[in-house]
Amino acid sequence: MKYVDEFRDPAKAKALIANINGLKDSLNANEKKPIQLMEFCGGHTHTIFRYGIEPMLPNWLELVHGPGCPVCVLPMGRVDDCVALAERPDVIFTTFGDAMRVPGSKKSLLQAKADGADIRMTYSPMDSLELARKNPDKQVIFFGLGFETTMPSTALTVLQAEREGVTNFSLFCNHITTVPTIKAILDSPEMQIDAFLAPGHVCMVVGERPFDFVASTYNKPIVVTGFEPLDILQSIWMALKQLADKRCTVENQYSRIVPPDGNAAGLAAIDAVFEIREFFEWRGLGSIDHSGVKMKDAFRQFDAEMKFKLPNLKIADPKSCQCGEVLKGVIRPWECKVFGTTCTPETPMGALMVSSEGACAAYYNFGNLPELLAKRSKSIEGDAA
Amino acid sequence: MCLGIPGQIIEIIDADNLLAKVDVAGVKRPVNIACIVSDDHTAQDCIGDWVLVHVGFAMSIIDEEEAIKTLALLEELGEVQEEINAMQTSAGAN
Ligand code: SF4
Repeated sequence: MKYVDEFRDPAKAKALIANINGLKDSLNANEKKPIQLMEFCGGHTHTIFRYGIEPMLPNWLELVHGPGCPVCVLPMGRVDDCVALAERPDVIFTTFGDAMRVPGSKKSLLQAKADGADIRMTYSPMDSLELARKNPDKQVIFFGLGFETTMPSTALTVLQAEREGVTNFSLFCNHITTVPTIKAILDSPEMQIDAFLAPGHVCMVVGERPFDFVASTYNKPIVVTGFEPLDILQSIWMALKQLADKRCTVENQYSRIVPPDGNAAGLAAIDAVFEIREFFEWRGLGSIDHSGVKMKDAFRQFDAEMKFKLPNLKIADPKSCQCGEVLKGVIRPWECKVFGTTCTPETPMGALMVSSEGACAAYYNFGNLPELLAKRSKSIEGDAA
Repeated sequence: MCLGIPGQIIEIIDADNLLAKVDVAGVKRPVNIACIVSDDHTAQDCIGDWVLVHVGFAMSIIDEEEAIKTLALLEELGEVQEEINAMQTSAGAN
């Protein structure tokens, strides 16, 4: 964890924190009912914890770490599908390394690999396509996951495979979309979030417009945010300033990367290959309408879901898992009953403990564990009394 | 996967398929440049560009100063080594 003095520009960081503190009165904020600000993106969560941003903030402000870690929200049934695909003798299953440890109902990909399945980690879908070229007698499947940030990459790879006529390459598409998910969070009855930090690299692809509804329909400020610690402090200040001024609009803190209209070529590739699914299942959040994409029918020969038979079972999250409440900001990660005891990064029960971008893993790795566990037993006693 | 990493385009490998070679902190690998080319910025014009690379795709052109700052920060976050490991151990890449 860092201290403000170690920031690249400590003077600027201190000034931003002073500005944030200065808004307390105009926000009418107090520590009993703190203002809640959600950073949607796991990349932001990562920076917030690495730089110890939370302890720098006043106690009338609470950061809620949203569901924006695509690895974390992968439901168990989907992991089972991956394992089933990978265990076919004719298949080389390729995936980003992050997805290897996500628990399925029986095993993770890492365990399936240990059991003999041909699973290989690739850095890029392009590398997976190259494997297909080199292994014409095998079916090479790429496990496509991620938000809009990574969709152009898989879409362009599929288009390339089509151009070259590579017939032994397919995509197991698990891409998910941010907008319906933020909408689902805003629509949930327990919702208490006051403002949002929008995912900078998703916006790099889709632009800022798709997030207009957060301000126009739900009257919440939203700020497109970069990934450096100063970006995050500045965006927090911008979002709070909107609240203080009783304004709400989409502001773009990350304009050095995010053009208002996004990336035309990336969007065209997404549009060529993918279409919206009716619904997609999320770990912790359940089914969310229109929150995922699948491949268009014209690409069925590159669609692993069409090419192979999948178990496609819905597996419920374990009962003791409270990921959904954490994701909506109803409880803090360490308040979950199994946090740090049955659920740890080595033996994750819930999604948020899996990747370093998940909120629970972040608290576990970077927080003061004994203190958090003590705080939790206090709050459980408090509930019982 | 979501943070991306800055690199510099050093050569065009295949202009038709929009493939270029990028240098990321000294490691060279192919990247797809479809998302950064346009009528006004052809594949050849990309040579020398600093770009943000996500999973083997150049997603955005960035200025050099910005790129170097971001690399330094990612270095501190331990992210550079992680990305480079993923590139170097990637099946199919070599
Ligand atoms: S501690 Fe584990 S089960 Fe509880 S919310 Fe976090 S990830 Fe989910």
